[in-house]
Amino acid sequence: MNLILVTFIILLAFTSYYFGRKKALVIQSSQRLTALPKFYGYYLAAWCAAPALIIFALWSVFEPSIVKTFILQDYTDQNLTKNELQLIYTKVKALAAGTYTGNITNFLDESANKYIQLKGIANSAKVAIILAILIFSLSFAYRSVQKNDRMREPVEIFLKWVLFVASLGAVLVTIGIVFSLLFEAIRFFQAVKIFDFIFGTHWYPAKTFVRDGQPDPELMKDAFGAVPLFAGTFFIAFIAMCVAIPIGLLSGIYLSEYAGRGVRKYAKPIIEILAGIPTVVYGFFAALTVGPFVKEIGNAMGLEVSAESALAAGAVMGVMIIPFISSLSDDVITAVPQNLRDGSYAMGATKSETVKKVIFPAALPGIVGSILLAVSRAVGETMIVVMASGLAANLTMNPLESTSTITAQIVVILIGDQQFGDPKTQSAFALGISLFIVTLFLNVIALSVVKKYREKYE
Amino acid sequence: MSKIKTENVNVYYGSKQALFDVSVDIAEKEVTALIGPSGCGKSTFLRCLNRMNDVIEICRVEGSIKMDNLELNSRKLDVVRLRENVGMVFQKPNPFPKTIYENVAYGPTIHGIAQSKEEMDQIVETSLKKAALWNEVKDRLDEIGTGLSGGQQQRLCIARAISVSPEVILMDEPCSALDPIATAQIEELIDDLKKEVTIVIVTHSMSQAARVSQKTGFFHLGKLIEFGPTDKIFKNPDNQQTQDYITGRFG
Repeated sequence: MNLILVTFIILLAFTSYYFGRKKALVIQSSQRLTALPKFYGYYLAAWCAAPALIIFALWSVFEPSIVKTFILQDYTDQNLTKNELQLIYTKVKALAAGTYTGNITNFLDESANKYIQLKGIANSAKVAIILAILIFSLSFAYRSVQKNDRMREPVEIFLKWVLFVASLGAVLVTIGIVFSLLFEAIRFFQAVKIFDFIFGTHWYPAKTFVRDGQPDPELMKDAFGAVPLFAGTFFIAFIAMCVAIPIGLLSGIYLSEYAGRGVRKYAKPIIEILAGIPTVVYGFFAALTVGPFVKEIGNAMGLEVSAESALAAGAVMGVMIIPFISSLSDDVITAVPQNLRDGSYAMGATKSETVKKVIFPAALPGIVGSILLAVSRAVGETMIVVMASGLAANLTMNPLESTSTITAQIVVILIGDQQFGDPKTQSAFALGISLFIVTLFLNVIALSVVKKYREKYE
Repeated sequence: MSKIKTENVNVYYGSKQALFDVSVDIAEKEVTALIGPSGCGKSTFLRCLNRMNDVIEICRVEGSIKMDNLELNSRKLDVVRLRENVGMVFQKPNPFPKTIYENVAYGPTIHGIAQSKEEMDQIVETSLKKAALWNEVKDRLDEIGTGLSGGQQQRLCIARAISVSPEVILMDEPCSALDPIATAQIEELIDDLKKEVTIVIVTHSMSQAARVSQKTGFFHLGKLIEFGPTDKIFKNPDNQQTQDYITGRFG
């Protein structure tokens, strides 16, 4: 029903576009147009689609809650809690849809009939109202077209509002995500002290599991210490950057300054393929190939190496990040003006001197930016760690042991059975928001560093 | 005294020939101006003299270019040494995004000319003085070179070029991005410099060529049409094309 209605509105809008344009051509024969004929079309189409779609959207948002209020009115005298009322409403809806399998009481049956009836009324009312609006707004717009009013300005204003609504949507979604994280995290911090979370050195949420009732507050105290996770996250990111920065940067410099056109043409896409490999593939590459390889080498040297080591995960993550750094730094180096290179070569500088003393400093803001971007990518990477570095949150600085990261722990917490409202589940939100703060912080630093250098070099 | 002597220089960009049999004799401690309409090959010729065409992958140079009897167009030539001896100033001022001091010290550093900090300070000061920039920047040597005005930037580039005491300086339309006052300052500077250095300047402005140069060469469509003393080229050229160009009938 809704689909047909929306399709109808859109088709009508298209028709009115062509109609408006045609009308403009007719007007053109007797008087000067106020805008190009297509603006007449846009004007009609906008007036046709926008009011009807807005009313349709508002209706769809508010209709369910209004119907719900009507249904639940009959239950107000029973002194029910909010949850019980919700349950009854769900039952009524299921009964109306014919999917209810429990006991049917008379009262429930009555409500279901009322629900069906209400829905029917609502639907007819919706169609009637939207048709009325369509007729009203179209005839209003058509009259302006006939009078040959100004057409360009209203269309431009309309477009401005469309763009505004789109950006508003993006902003609201962001805010919504942040707040949903924040609220759950606050509830978590009601159960666990924020101090214990930030400075605690033991992460073992499974310990707090109890069959019924609340977990022991003493146990909670050192089950949710996030220090090992933060340490693990930065440790693995550090290993990754140790691999990615040198290789990525040097290959970026090679590609932009040294490689001939032939080499560049093939090498650059091949490096960029690395960025297209799904992280889960990197994950099993790390877990099944690199991990055992590191273990074997370590054992051969007489070292104690875990099969799931931070080193394996970090190294593979580094490989994954190479194309970021190499491709971005290649771009910024290529963007350094040719006349700076000429100036340096004309002084008798060699290629490497030119790269080191002129090109690299000039490209530095972009390079720093790309590295910080890569760091936040490494901090947020999940799959490789889950698969290759184990899930036990050890507090260690030994790259040969297994360790875990914030993202990997969020995965562990949220897969399998969980209960909402349980501190264990809520801890995922607390971890999520701390990770968000960390990456936000990194991005802010990145931007300010880039800005500072840019001021210096421009 | 001849400083640079070229014989039958041909330059190709891919399959397109840009210069045809250019033979010219550039005298020492004089200013030689190269004039001609856009795309006539004068800049290409200039870039042969310090091998800057090496930077362009598809460019190929044939013929003989001798400086003090040293063949420049040879695989065996040490390009780094050559460019230490033949400096260049470009059309658009291109100071490095470094401090004024570092800009001038760039050449002496990469060629290991200065032995101590004092010596380097001395080189920077003399170069800036020769480039007539010292008085304007002496109190702010640690400011970024790109923050100067266009004319100052170009004089900074000249200071950079003379910091390694080259024997020849090539100038590729050095005043085309500058206002008349800055242009006058640069021309005055060229006049001073020619006491010590051989200068080859490419210019679009015929009045500039007439003002600063002793010899002038006229290029057209990749050929050197006429070469001779500036007075003669401007007052009494042998070639009809030169006459037409000088009097503004084309180009």
